[in-house]
Amino acid sequence: MKLSSILAAVGLVMGLAAPVANAADISGAGATFPFPIYAKWADAYKKETGNGLNYQSIGSGAGIKQIVAKTVTFGATDAPMTAEELKKAGLVQWPMVMGGIVPVLNVEGIKPGELVLDGPTLANIFLGTVKTWDDAAIKKLNPKLALPSTSITVVRRSDGSGTTFNFTDYLSKISADWKSKIGAAASVEWPVGVGAKGNDGVAGNVGQTKNSIGYVEYAYAKQNKLTYANMINKAGKVVGPTIEAFQAAAANADWANSPGYYQILTEQPGDASWPITAATFILMHAEPQDKAASGEALKFFAWAFKNSKMAEELDYIPMPTAVVGLIEKTWANDIKVK
Amino acid sequence: MFLRLLFRTGLLPRSVLHLKRSPKPSRTPRAPSEPAVSHMATIDTTQPLTQAEHSEAQSRAQVLRSMKRGDIVFENLSKFAAISVLFLLGGIIISLFIGAWPAIKTYGFDFLTTQRWAPSLKPQPILGALGPIYGTLVSSLLAMVIAVPVGLGISIFLTELCPHVLRRPISIAIELLAGIPSIIYGMWGFFVLGPFLAESFQPAVINFFADVPVLNVIFAGPASNLSLFNASLILAIMVLPFITAISRDVFATVPTVLKEAAYGAGCTTWEVVWNVVIPYTRVGVIGGVMLALGRALGETMAVAFVIGNAFKIQASIFAPATTISAAIASEFAESDGLHQSSLILLGLLLFVLTFCVLAIARMMLMRLERNQGK
Repeated sequence: MKLSSILAAVGLVMGLAAPVANAADISGAGATFPFPIYAKWADAYKKETGNGLNYQSIGSGAGIKQIVAKTVTFGATDAPMTAEELKKAGLVQWPMVMGGIVPVLNVEGIKPGELVLDGPTLANIFLGTVKTWDDAAIKKLNPKLALPSTSITVVRRSDGSGTTFNFTDYLSKISADWKSKIGAAASVEWPVGVGAKGNDGVAGNVGQTKNSIGYVEYAYAKQNKLTYANMINKAGKVVGPTIEAFQAAAANADWANSPGYYQILTEQPGDASWPITAATFILMHAEPQDKAASGEALKFFAWAFKNSKMAEELDYIPMPTAVVGLIEKTWANDIKVK
Repeated sequence: MFLRLLFRTGLLPRSVLHLKRSPKPSRTPRAPSEPAVSHMATIDTTQPLTQAEHSEAQSRAQVLRSMKRGDIVFENLSKFAAISVLFLLGGIIISLFIGAWPAIKTYGFDFLTTQRWAPSLKPQPILGALGPIYGTLVSSLLAMVIAVPVGLGISIFLTELCPHVLRRPISIAIELLAGIPSIIYGMWGFFVLGPFLAESFQPAVINFFADVPVLNVIFAGPASNLSLFNASLILAIMVLPFITAISRDVFATVPTVLKEAAYGAGCTTWEVVWNVVIPYTRVGVIGGVMLALGRALGETMAVAFVIGNAFKIQASIFAPATTISAAIASEFAESDGLHQSSLILLGLLLFVLTFCVLAIARMMLMRLERNQGK
């Protein structure tokens, strides 16, 4: 082919691509925990208003890094930043939805909700001291269940994750052993297990690997039809991961008196509370560079708060109306979009 | 001293020391083509040139000058391209160094001997490269152990034993293997190969070696979908086409006369291959193996899917592990500060590792060539 015709073809393709690339989208990045509901909201918002949302589900740690680097309009994280960290980075934080983290397993013959685990046993499984499914600790909680004698394959996160932060926070609260050896953070030194990227990675791994256990946000367990376990909560009752259980735990949160809305919802009191509940947060700059994009993003979030029914359909808990009022006041006061 | 190392490994020939600056292209035009020579030969240069001769000589000189200009432009362009490659390489090394400097300063040599990988530890993360380095070396080595005999076997089959009608289809099939994107290998390894190995192959091997003293530690359970062995197997499949294609090409260069002489003396096919073909093509085969090893060391996505991302070193090859490239791919997006600097240092270590492997290959080749009397 002649050089001139090749160059003409390349120029034509680039010219056609340029207008497509300019279509404005609200850009966000962060936690995989709320990705199902953000994707659902984005889809509905685009149908209603024509504005799209581009959300990269890359993990809380990466989301914080991107918003600090100002490469996206908002960041999403399940590991909330403290008031001092927010001030240092010049960010505003608020909770968007709440959800539950459930242990998921893949053992032949065990159906969703049949296995019962308690905090200390879960901690010992992830510490590697409970190695087989028919270990005495698991047998004690499940006397009537037929447990195989196979080894437990632990699946955990390989990336920096807010889901990990909440899960390890729960384990630190109920197991002194875990707290001293591992602690709570977005990225910890896992003693055992294979690492997967994102909630979706863990869900995929558990689904593929026999005799495995992992922890994912409930929407992933539901969508991938994984077997989840019931837990024993702080009040000593066995609870399943239902929206009522998540709501019971979330009702204990004191949003009005938390600077930066910093609240961890693990191991909350209450007979019906799910022990590993978590809120997921949005981060935006107090003085954004691109005011128009931030204004559009806030419009999206306001719309999302009004359409909280969609969150309930995926078993997330929407923020209470009173808290939404507080959040919208925070936007008006702290985020300069004019 | 660095220069000496470059000479010894054969990466820089000693003749560079003898290079002088190439002489500038002479101002005088080159010898003109045939008719002009004959014409010029008839000019009497003891007398001053006539007007006609002068103008003809001038126009000829003009043409030759424009041709020379084209030559100069071409020479400078190619020189620029070559030098820019060097600059690019130098730039990459320098930027890796700059990025890795905080980690080098903080950890020093302990980075190479620590197994712990705790990026979130306060006040300062404790990070060590021993796990990724171990995983990279063992997975590549194991991949070579699996791929080299198989690859050589395939090339021997294709050159010696294969019926002619099958030769092309098999060669094309092998080369298509090289064209499959590595992430497809990762997906296939995760969805198909991993479960198959965990359910059939690994338990069988674990049971087989259960009573053997040393091997029962290397082949210990529990069986895992994601393990060092699975990653090595995928790497072996990925590098197989390189070994096969290069070996097949060099095996074809063995003079038929040599092989037929061996056959005529009563050698079996195996004896011909082992004693005639392979010694003759030693250099090319090793070159192919080194190329494959280079690819295996750097492979990222396929390995990241199937290796399990565990930084602790475990004795069993059926346990999850990590490699340098898989570690960087998993953690780079969310890393910052010392964590990010350590990941860049890991990248620099991989660069050095690959360079060392290639240098060793070159030294081996040089020694072989010297022994052959070249």
